[in-house]
Amino acid sequence: MTAYTATVTVRLKRGVLDPEAETTQRQLERLGFDLEDLRSADQFEIDVDASDADAAAERADEMAERLLANPTIHDYEIEVAERDA
Amino acid sequence: MTVSVVQFGGSNCDRDAVQALAEIGVDAELVWHEDGLPEDTSGVVFPGGFSYGDYLRAGAMAARSPIVDEVRDAAEDGTPVLGVCNGAQIGSESGLTPGAFTTNRSARFQCEHVHLRVENADTPWTAAYEEGEVVELPIAHGEGRFEVTDERLDELERADRVLFRYCDAEGEVTEDANPNGSKHNVAGVLGERDSVAVLMPHPERAALPDIGPTDGQGVLEGFAE
Repeated sequence: MTAYTATVTVRLKRGVLDPEAETTQRQLERLGFDLEDLRSADQFEIDVDASDADAAAERADEMAERLLANPTIHDYEIEVAERDA
Repeated sequence: MTVSVVQFGGSNCDRDAVQALAEIGVDAELVWHEDGLPEDTSGVVFPGGFSYGDYLRAGAMAARSPIVDEVRDAAEDGTPVLGVCNGAQIGSESGLTPGAFTTNRSARFQCEHVHLRVENADTPWTAAYEEGEVVELPIAHGEGRFEVTDERLDELERADRVLFRYCDAEGEVTEDANPNGSKHNVAGVLGERDSVAVLMPHPERAALPDIGPTDGQGVLEGFAE
């Protein structure tokens, strides 16, 4: 078994309104920043032990499907890296 | 025959639901989610509140608790199930009903009275009303914007699964009358069966004559024998 960290990033699908991101963007503009757009995302770092990186990714994928993301409004992506156990 | 009002940590409209059901002569009891669904349950309410502190997404945690599997089985056997506000979020998060309820367009918590147009009066939850009738109910939510793909919404509308839409006092469904940015002003929808329904407004908060209007009683009549 190898120690991995699976990073799951959950984003709203393109076209789904994100009022919190809009509010954050407006506030940045009020602070004088010049920006074109702003998107927010949730990120989960999950430490797992697995036989290989694919197995770790598969487990994280199931976690995203069953809880971390809502398929009606979210897309998600997974990155897996070895970690120092 | 008793309706189970399922309590999660953070539910806060559970007792209101029991009281409102008693007002129309429906026997109901509080059921702590860890105790499981009583065998003689004649109906299920997922009440409003902030179950699990709205962690991750409103309703996300409660929707994965074991009692929801029992409710799903009961619903498949025809037991009536109603989700109100946080209960509606639990219903959609669990897949009992379509779509998702997410952050209001205003990004704010909104507590106000709204008008709703009855879109389909041919369900247990709306049989007390006429199609097109305008009812007034309170809302109190930060994540009530109904979101669903255009294709799915089209399917739902063609199958007459939209129960209520936000409208003005005259029954016109307008953007101005849409409190939270819900797609096509949808405030409540049916599950696969018409015995399963969710809505963001609170019928149980408009059911006791002593404290105000009683437009919500009709929704609760869905549990009457």
